[in-house]
Amino acid sequence: MAQFTVFDILRNLLLATQWTVVLSIVSFIGGGLVGMLVLFARISNRGWLRLLGRGYVELFQGTPLLMQLFLAFFGLALFGISVPAWLAAGLALILWTAAFLGEIWRGCVQAVAKGQWEASASLGMGYFQQMQHVILPQALRVAIPPTVGFSVQVVKGTALTSIIGFIELTRAGTVVTNATYQPFLVYGLVALIYFCLCWPLSRASQILERKLNVAHSHH
Amino acid sequence: MSLIAITDVRKSFGSNEVLKGIDIDIARGEVIAIIGKSGSGKSTLLRCINGLETIDSGSISVEGAQLLTEARALRELRLKVGMIFQQFNLFPHLTAGRNVMLSQMVVKKTPKDEAAEIARNMLQRVGLGEKFDAYPDQLSGGQQQRVAIARALAMQPIALLCDEITSALDPELVAEVLAVVKELAAEGMTLVMVTHEMRFARDVCSRVVFMHQGRVHEIGPPEDVFTNPRTPELQQFLGMSQAA
Ligand SMILES: Nc1ncnc2c1ncn2[C@@H]1O[C@H](COP(=O)(O)OP(=O)(O)OP(=O)(O)O)[C@@H](O)[C@H]1O
Ligand SMILES: [Mg+2]
Repeated sequence: MAQFTVFDILRNLLLATQWTVVLSIVSFIGGGLVGMLVLFARISNRGWLRLLGRGYVELFQGTPLLMQLFLAFFGLALFGISVPAWLAAGLALILWTAAFLGEIWRGCVQAVAKGQWEASASLGMGYFQQMQHVILPQALRVAIPPTVGFSVQVVKGTALTSIIGFIELTRAGTVVTNATYQPFLVYGLVALIYFCLCWPLSRASQILERKLNVAHSHH
Repeated sequence: MSLIAITDVRKSFGSNEVLKGIDIDIARGEVIAIIGKSGSGKSTLLRCINGLETIDSGSISVEGAQLLTEARALRELRLKVGMIFQQFNLFPHLTAGRNVMLSQMVVKKTPKDEAAEIARNMLQRVGLGEKFDAYPDQLSGGQQQRVAIARALAMQPIALLCDEITSALDPELVAEVLAVVKELAAEGMTLVMVTHEMRFARDVCSRVVFMHQGRVHEIGPPEDVFTNPRTPELQQFLGMSQAA
């Protein structure tokens, strides 16, 4: 049997880490875009849109991400659409991320004082002008720390996609373990890599939060 | 013809009827003070005039045009009638100058340089020419309120609605804001102001409206209203506010 050095193990894991990173970025950006739609639906003045947005959020927040992955992977196959693991993984994570980001952002928009809506309306601005120039810029300051914070959840969420066979860091850990019979070493390294991805993000979120709190006047 | 015609306006919040048939005609250049107890419907009336609240019945017209609830018609109306709020409501993420420029650029599509020029002039007019680059939280309450006035003026409204615009200010800052308003009045701006500043109402306003329980209880020139209150409610209200 071939001997694996720690270096070999690490090299294999890092190769797979690329896919964790790519999937995280795709989910976060895609989820952000869909999350914008969720946000606008949630704060719309049309009742049916609000209801639709709320239903969406409750559906994706109220079921485990793993089930959503299974449904995207096996569910679509039932309809004769065979989806590769990466597509099912990306799709499910995007929709899941969108529900959470949309909901975080809704809170931030609704935290903007009502007087800001009234003042901009009384200056003759329309809804999207108010949003673009008055409400969203203010909501954005509040939204940045929790949004960056949530990106940690996205990175950790990608680990679940190993179960439907997408080869990312966790899946690579399993494969390497099966070849080396050193689960403690391998999963220890896997955990370490996740930590190196996530820790800077959660630190950034904390620092941003402090900065935006202290320096809210120094634009 | 009156500039703002308010005819039999009614407004309820749920089962609470707040305006019970208001009739007021306001001529161009008039300065109207609205006084009355808390909860008598003063703010609601102002908010109805520029469409922040929709009326249940009656009509409001500005320059002969009916107030409609359709979004575009409302925006047209708001270009003509500006509003100043008790809490200033400046945009905190923008400098004073940008606050005054924003709606010109966004709503009227005024080019940036021209909007900046107008903003400078308007800030000058309210005595804040050198505060163009200050953010709202670097200004005193009185200065913030004057920026809010400049912001409304930049849209070249034909009338301004002011809802207790000095009530959130420290006493020593009230005068600077009232001085600006007084100047506007002297220049012929039509003003409708809810106010607790009785002295100011007496000196500057052409007519005083006393509201009581959702109705116009008394209306007339300040000399009549303040020196000859006809109803016990107004007598009591004035007695209260003199004692205060
Ligand atoms: N958005 C709203 N929803 C429900 N009730 C409201 C609303 N706005 C005002 N009211 C009610 O309408 C009545 C009149 O309120 P309004 O703010 O017009 O009074 P006001 O004369 O301006 O009083 P104040 O001097 O305290 O500002 C009050 O009973 C108030 O509770
Ligand atoms: Mg009021």
